[in-house]
Amino acid sequence: MIKEFIQGLSITFKHLLPGHSTTVQYPKVKLQPSDRFRGLHRLVPSHDRAKCVACYLCPTVCPAKCITVESAENEKGEKYPRVYQIDLLRCIFCGYCVEACPVEAIEMTGNYELANYHRDDFVFDKQRLLNTK
Amino acid sequence: MELLSLSNAPLLFIAAMMIKILVVFGVTMGIVAYATWVERKVIGHMQTRLGPTLTGPMGLLQPIADGIKLFFKEDIIPTEASKIPFVLAPMMILIPSLITMAVIPFGSDMQFTAGGKTYIIPLQITDLNIGILYILAMAGLGVYGITLAGWSSNSKYSLIGGIRASAQMISYELAAGLSIIAVFMLSETLSMREIVAQQSGSILDWYVWKQPLAFLLFMITGTAEINRTPFDMPEAESELVSGFCTEYSSMKYALFFMAEYANMVVIAGIIATLFLGGWSGPTPWGPVNLLGKIFGFMFFLMWIRATFPRVRYDQLMKLGWKVLLPLALANIVVTGLVVVLAQ
Repeated sequence: MIKEFIQGLSITFKHLLPGHSTTVQYPKVKLQPSDRFRGLHRLVPSHDRAKCVACYLCPTVCPAKCITVESAENEKGEKYPRVYQIDLLRCIFCGYCVEACPVEAIEMTGNYELANYHRDDFVFDKQRLLNTK
Repeated sequence: MELLSLSNAPLLFIAAMMIKILVVFGVTMGIVAYATWVERKVIGHMQTRLGPTLTGPMGLLQPIADGIKLFFKEDIIPTEASKIPFVLAPMMILIPSLITMAVIPFGSDMQFTAGGKTYIIPLQITDLNIGILYILAMAGLGVYGITLAGWSSNSKYSLIGGIRASAQMISYELAAGLSIIAVFMLSETLSMREIVAQQSGSILDWYVWKQPLAFLLFMITGTAEINRTPFDMPEAESELVSGFCTEYSSMKYALFFMAEYANMVVIAGIIATLFLGGWSGPTPWGPVNLLGKIFGFMFFLMWIRATFPRVRYDQLMKLGWKVLLPLALANIVVTGLVVVLAQ
């Protein structure tokens, strides 16, 4: 029993020596999230407009029902999303919209700093989603 | 040159006493304030965290920030609480732990010349000839505050915490008292001053070498008496919310914390004085020796807190009654035999 006590004490003492801290001083130092991290959504642009064809697959698959799409046709007869909104307060960051998209028009970025002051600021419209880095 | 005792000069006596009391009180409160910072830092690093870093350089202003914060918090007294005991309890915990410091000697006699006469000032607030009895009495008194706090809060968690504290005190004070009896069998005095004087020869004269078992027992029972982990049953935040101080807020809560750290200082001082030669060694500066030993033991207590989990309540009782108490009794018998045979 005494041996185990000493063993435990020696482990904690070793951690006390400098260089054992695993803390990242967050606002000053930021860790790079992995490539597969599911952060803020981004609409992929193609020829200075969204690649999205407004097929309604993402609002259909979305378990939190946070995506609002309204389709329209442009002068060439192509469908495009007149309205594309994601309500981040409802979003659960499951990534199903990305999986469902047939044209890879939506993807998820590594941006996880999504705090804000007003409820309205959590609703990301088409332009904000296109501007996401 | 004739050395005079201060008792012949009442004004000087009072002045010297006030200065000694203020210095001891100030140093103790300083240690109490910064022990919170040291504890958070040490335990943080032991758990591979950093502890406070943002308030001042290395978080050094943290105790001050905590003090200001607690001072401005709303002071809540539950409507169903028993008001007078509820207010008295925090004071009843802090005061016994602070006045225990009065009998711990912290240096050799100082000489002081005034009006052509040389007076002698002992560096100890008071030298009671029953010093250690007084310490045990005060340690016993401290638990009244905890029990009272637990009872008067009128909350089940507080009550369980208070009851645990009293049961723990009864079980461990017995073993603590018996373990230091062996020391008095060697020193043949109860005065702290005399005990230090007998250990003042060299490091080898320290009672820790003559009474290693008593030292170990007193260390364990002392930790249990001041309710430090792994014996912090009265607080036990994982089962009792915060134990006896669940219903407390603001400065009353701060008083409990101050009492906990003051108790750490006191128990470290007692251990240093009884077993580690007090102020007498190894450097020539008395207060430095004592402070060094106090800091060392307090670091050890923090180290233990970072390492060991809390014991279960039945394990605590089993350890106290079935292991520590018989060991303390056996230690007295063996010491008595050795003392008698050595005569």
